[in-house]
Amino acid sequence: MAAFSKKEEEGLSSYYNNKTTVIQEARVFNESPISPRKCRALLTRIVYLLYIGENFATQEATTLFFGTTKLFQHKDSALRQMVYLSIKELAVCAEDVIMVTSSIMKDMQPNSEVIYRPNAIRALCRIIDPSMVQGVERFFKAAIVDRTPSISSAALVSSYHLFPFAKDVVKRWVNEAQEAVSAKSSTSFFGTTSASSYLSFGSSSSTNSGYQPMPSTSYISQYHALGLLYLIRRQDRMAVTKMIQQLGGGRSGSGTALKNPMALSMLIRYAAKVVEEDPNVQKQTFDLLEGWLRHKSDMVNYEAALLQLFLSSPKSTLKFAATRTLAGLALTHPASVATCNVDLENLISDPNRSVATYAITTLLKTGNEASVDRLMKQITGFMSEISDEFKVIIVDAIRSLCLKFPAKHASMLGFLSGVLRDEGGFDFKRAVVEAIFDMIKYIGESKEQALSHLCEFIEDCEFTKLSVRILHLLGIEGPKAPQPSKYIRFIYNRVVLENATVRAAAVASLAKFGIIDDVKLQKSVGVLLNRCLDDVDDEVRDRAALYLKVIEEPRLAETYVKDDSVFSLLALESKLVAYVRDTDATDQPFDVSSVPKVSRVQAAQEAVRPSSLDTIGAPATRTTTPAPPPQTAEETQSAFIQQLTHVPELAPYGTVINSSKPVQLTENETEYQVSCVKHVFREHIVFQFNVSNTMPDTILEQVSVVMQPPEDSGLTEDFIIPIPTLSSANSPGIVYVSFTRDAPEDYATASFQCVLKFISKEVDPSTGEPEAEGYEDEYQLEEVELAAGGDYIIPSYSNFSSEWDRLRTGASMTETFTLSSMESIKAACDSIIDILNMEALGGTQHPPAGTAVHTLQLSGLLTGGGGKILARCRMTFSRGEGVTLELGARGEKQEACQLVIAAIGG
Amino acid sequence: MGLSVSSLFGSLSSLLNWSKDKDVRILMLGLDSAGKTTILYRLQIGEVVSTIPTIGFNVETVQYKNIKFQVWDLGGQSSIRPYWRCYFPNTSAIIYVIDSSDHSRLQTSRSELLTMLSEEELAGVPLLVFCNKQDVEGALKPEEISEQLGLAGGEKGRDWSVRGSCAVKGEGIEEGLDWLVNVIQKK
Repeated sequence: MAAFSKKEEEGLSSYYNNKTTVIQEARVFNESPISPRKCRALLTRIVYLLYIGENFATQEATTLFFGTTKLFQHKDSALRQMVYLSIKELAVCAEDVIMVTSSIMKDMQPNSEVIYRPNAIRALCRIIDPSMVQGVERFFKAAIVDRTPSISSAALVSSYHLFPFAKDVVKRWVNEAQEAVSAKSSTSFFGTTSASSYLSFGSSSSTNSGYQPMPSTSYISQYHALGLLYLIRRQDRMAVTKMIQQLGGGRSGSGTALKNPMALSMLIRYAAKVVEEDPNVQKQTFDLLEGWLRHKSDMVNYEAALLQLFLSSPKSTLKFAATRTLAGLALTHPASVATCNVDLENLISDPNRSVATYAITTLLKTGNEASVDRLMKQITGFMSEISDEFKVIIVDAIRSLCLKFPAKHASMLGFLSGVLRDEGGFDFKRAVVEAIFDMIKYIGESKEQALSHLCEFIEDCEFTKLSVRILHLLGIEGPKAPQPSKYIRFIYNRVVLENATVRAAAVASLAKFGIIDDVKLQKSVGVLLNRCLDDVDDEVRDRAALYLKVIEEPRLAETYVKDDSVFSLLALESKLVAYVRDTDATDQPFDVSSVPKVSRVQAAQEAVRPSSLDTIGAPATRTTTPAPPPQTAEETQSAFIQQLTHVPELAPYGTVINSSKPVQLTENETEYQVSCVKHVFREHIVFQFNVSNTMPDTILEQVSVVMQPPEDSGLTEDFIIPIPTLSSANSPGIVYVSFTRDAPEDYATASFQCVLKFISKEVDPSTGEPEAEGYEDEYQLEEVELAAGGDYIIPSYSNFSSEWDRLRTGASMTETFTLSSMESIKAACDSIIDILNMEALGGTQHPPAGTAVHTLQLSGLLTGGGGKILARCRMTFSRGEGVTLELGARGEKQEACQLVIAAIGG
Repeated sequence: MGLSVSSLFGSLSSLLNWSKDKDVRILMLGLDSAGKTTILYRLQIGEVVSTIPTIGFNVETVQYKNIKFQVWDLGGQSSIRPYWRCYFPNTSAIIYVIDSSDHSRLQTSRSELLTMLSEEELAGVPLLVFCNKQDVEGALKPEEISEQLGLAGGEKGRDWSVRGSCAVKGEGIEEGLDWLVNVIQKK
């Protein structure tokens, strides 16, 4: 019976707080006269439903919203507050919320009852249209400096929210915000300026305006004002620095105008940010602050000193802000923060675990080798008491520490493996596993120990992703270990116990052990893989079958198990996109051999994982915004292809086979700057000239480039696409010159004389219009070279010895050259790589210094389906005669070999 | 016990309502810049206030001859007109304001008025039309506007009146309200 009545009760409450019921009952909004009590109760239920996440459809929300607007007729202040609350919540999902603008603005009037005003201001920023912000500017300015703190705060917070939509207008309120931040509630007295009211009621409304300002004890509006000021000035670092200086007050911050502790914490954070962001300003800040502070140390030290005061504060929010800032600063200025270490050590035992975490990570960053062990013990003590988020912070700190003090790796590894056994979510476990990965990578002596910890971890790991990564690592590192066999048991256990994804990874990992030069081991792996053939999952069976087959044949094993090259993903992507776009290509298979390969090392370099490690190693060079990585060749190429697709004349040419890097054809400081990019198509060559006009007072018209090929180059000019007008503002423009390849199967090479031709017109400085009459002019450019390397051959990674062997039966050519101008083997290597544009393999591009005999191994791809091409350059050097080169080329086509030989010979 | 107290209270308050505190809900509509907000505050505080275009609405309680009017002044911009209808229920009377000097938009004003009058929720509700801005030179006389509106033939189901007014000088407004009070009390 009891259970029954309980159920009934729940049923009732869910009925009572049901969306449909609420919408039906919204009739009370239309009653006349309205009942404030009923309406308030209903609004409470609406807001309750919104808070618990009930979704109102736009139509429903709009209906409720309009109902709510009718309640403005009633002056009951409790009801009005609820109305504002509902409006703010409903404004998100209802339409046409601007309908309450006038009503809200009336409540914002200085002569309106004070209790409405903050509510009205806060509601207005939710419903206002960005274009209307200007219209309410006066109200906001007056409200920001109002002597009632709740009004001032409301206006400041609303301005903060309006800022993203109406930057320009809100920026103009900076003076008012400044006033609010430094306002002392007793002195600043801004009377209700009835002149600023658009509804000037004059004396008759005096009954409304007789409120007394409430004295504030919290000074919370300073915090809001500071936030707004910073938001407005954020882009202007000088202004921020100035603001910090002004508000920071006198020596050790005691004379600051800021009385709100949150505002002060905020100011310190901004200061820390400025210091962190820009070393130049930091120096400047330091200079400015030095006299002001009469402090011998630099800005950071001041920060630390100030923070040090906070560290012993009884308020945990302050302690938290202080430790967190310190933890950040420790990255850049460990020495300065180290002065706080004593205080920080006390904080480790702080009952607030968040504070303790930051304290300990800061100590880890600033500490010396001797204290590591002691700290580790303390951390272990409270690891179980903190949330995953903080555990990750600690693990990251330890990861940095490992690399800083490699000698301590044993105790840290012990700690990591210990926490790995603890309970924890995916992010935490991943952080630990990555820390161990880094140890394996950078600290050789920890490798074996770390691997066995990982082995143990996957025995009981609930995260498939982590298991797969560890298995992969075991496959790479295991075979190199002194005792590979001991990992096999762990790996095979996965095959027996895990889900299909992990099983497949385990099979791939096992196979890597199958190619170790150990007959007994090979046999065992063979047996294990054979068992996998009975797996229930297709992928696992397929992999097992594949590897069994491959391991038997050493040459295949070389390619599929040991091979450490991968496709250059960017190149693969751009080729695939081109393939999918080209409708003619659909009846042919995608030519994967035309995609250049890179080694795993290169791939790893491209996708370097940013980590806090780097910052510990060299704190001086740390930059908060790392420069974007230089564009790789593939990225440049995809950008060119993007440009070419916008030229209709080039559409029938099909897809671009290869685009060269841009070559400068002018000196850097000239009036006209031209660079050239060569695009090779199947039957055409297109030269793209990027032309820049650097003179603002001159306009160039009909800009074209005239190219003069040598006779019998095998190329015929098709057309030139000139630039109609080129000013300094729209530079660079692009001129295209197209040639047809008379015999597409030949790799035509030539050098072209180039002249830039144009009509030059001066711009009238008074009108900005060019003159009617110009004069023809031309400008001699450097020659453009269409050559083997870069235009037809692109670098690609391969395994030289096996490929060289394999191509024994293919096309091949050998020729000997005397390179008398070369002064060393190294110079010869560099220029050969430059001319051929091929990938040097096995470090052969770095000959031992002073050597007289060297072999350079090169690998490349011939674009347009020409296949692989390898070059072996055997060189001898003798003083006086220079370098003698025996160049051997092997490829899939005879033309390819000829091209390579001709490139060096020509 | 509790029940009887609340019912007693209820009947008391309803008695009060039926005496002088009776609320009369009036909608004031019209195209933008016709003078609605000016009329509203002229009625409420007897002064001319400077106004800006109403985005949304103003609602004020106006005491006139022992009757409490609750006047809803809805914005007249074309973007706001579609929402007038949200405020139609429980309306006791409509005041429609026309800018008599704005010849070019008289037809627009007329069609907005007729559309509104055809709404079921407003059937039978008395209509007072103020031909405002009579002080402006070239303003149409109320008779001319009345003719153009053509209410004489079409509006049989309700009381209506077209009158001249000048909100800034306060002319014609009280007379209009008197007419309205009469009509409402008659009902």
